[in-house]
Amino acid sequence: MQSAKVKLSVEDVSKTFRVRGGRYSEDHLLPVLRHISFDVKEGEIVSLVGESGCGKTTLLRIVQGLVRLDAGKIRVDGEPVTAPGRDRGFVFQQASLLPWRSARSNIEFGLELQGVASGPRGDRAQALLKLVGLESAGEQFPHQLSGGMQQRVGLARALAIDPAILLMDEPFSALDAQTREVLQHELLRIQAETGKTVLFVTHDLDEAIYLSNRVIVLGAKPGRIKKVIDIPFASPRPELPELRGDPRFQSIRSEMWALIRNIAA
Amino acid sequence: MTITDAKPQPRLDEPDVLPEGADIEDIGPPPQQKSRIWMIRLASIVFVIGAWEVLGRRVDPLFMSHPSAIAVAGAHLISTGELLASLTSSLRTLLLAFVISSVLGVALGLLIGRYRTVEAATDWLVNALYSTPLVAIVPLVVLWFGLGDAAKLFIVTILAIFPILINTIAGVRNVPAMLIDVGAAFAAKEHQVFTKIILPSALPYMMTGLRLGIGRAIIGMVVAEFFTAITGLGALIVKYGNQYDTASMFVPIFVLMFMGVTLTMAVRYVEEWIAPWRYTEE
Repeated sequence: MQSAKVKLSVEDVSKTFRVRGGRYSEDHLLPVLRHISFDVKEGEIVSLVGESGCGKTTLLRIVQGLVRLDAGKIRVDGEPVTAPGRDRGFVFQQASLLPWRSARSNIEFGLELQGVASGPRGDRAQALLKLVGLESAGEQFPHQLSGGMQQRVGLARALAIDPAILLMDEPFSALDAQTREVLQHELLRIQAETGKTVLFVTHDLDEAIYLSNRVIVLGAKPGRIKKVIDIPFASPRPELPELRGDPRFQSIRSEMWALIRNIAA
Repeated sequence: MTITDAKPQPRLDEPDVLPEGADIEDIGPPPQQKSRIWMIRLASIVFVIGAWEVLGRRVDPLFMSHPSAIAVAGAHLISTGELLASLTSSLRTLLLAFVISSVLGVALGLLIGRYRTVEAATDWLVNALYSTPLVAIVPLVVLWFGLGDAAKLFIVTILAIFPILINTIAGVRNVPAMLIDVGAAFAAKEHQVFTKIILPSALPYMMTGLRLGIGRAIIGMVVAEFFTAITGLGALIVKYGNQYDTASMFVPIFVLMFMGVTLTMAVRYVEEWIAPWRYTEE
């Protein structure tokens, strides 16, 4: 992995919001992120963790181009990016599927926007339904799907545009514990099959350790990188309950927990 | 740890057997007695019409009529072709004006809902007109357009357009921010956001607007025909009212009632067909 090329590079990114005070108070500045720099290499899964309010979701949205940055630079495959583009696929916390479209048609959404003809679009959607294990649910509408299935569709929709990097914003946080573990394992399988580069935001430390090659621990107010931790487990990884028994897992978890608690205190 | 004092457990591969004398609880909705409900409904209809028939015969026919007399008058109006001609004329006005108000209402609603500048330029007018009882301007409209079709079309359109317009605006405003985000994340252009996210998301609201609009359109139609009093069901009511033929007057009233129910049901049916997710997701 050392020689792999850099897919995403976040260079000295800072973000501040100006909060308008209105009639009774002055405007004030709300620092969100300060001097964030890191790279994500091809085929890597990197997680951002930190207490709520550390700006991890804002950082992900900046990378996607949904939020403007006020200093620094984002590069994907070496090219600077400022607006959303086809080189990045986004998976939302709530699956955010379009309720009037079938699962298949939701997956085709990004391709449709790009003007891909219906033939190749359908083939691509079919392949992705198969990849995420929903071959028989293509014609179902979102309200007919379980939360886990909706998130599978959300993942397939992001993969459909064949992005250079997949950005995932706490995608499993709204799911029940069993479904979450199943989908975490599925994500590792899908990532292994597609070789995608992933930047993953979560507040679940176990999830971060289980999924990632590296975990970036953010401190809060303003958000800054506290530590980057390499996760030593080789892939394919066993399922999470088994990995939890590994003493290294426990020591990494304690270290991360200490870092976050330290920040909170 | 093992359970030392375990009671005998059924084997998992044994077939499920109901314990003897089991007292099983019913859950779920009680069985629908559809036939019984319809019996009650039918009895109610027979009772009301029967009572009307009996009591109606005791009242001076100048003030009140009764079902058998109305049926006779209806048969007469059908045989002379007068009813059909009036109905055709009314429906033509109604549908044409409804199409105009739907197209205008939806188009304006989309623009006002999406663009703040359009909103600022028009919201005072929309609010003022929506608050005015528009029946008040009917004499003015007759003054402008005379007693022909143009006056009727104008009145029906201006009455029907507001529920459509206002619901469309609400639909555009209530597009979940989450879905707008999806459009942005997938780099949708403005026209794509409009056609692929805002329009389908606002569609159920528009359909509600159309359903409310059709009711107002029927009111507008009758009012317009009262004033112009040349053709249509409203004109028929006025004509037989002036002749003190109360039974014949009831015939177009029943036709209007039937029209209102049918058209509203038709729009509701389309509404459920177009936006099924809205009715199953609670």
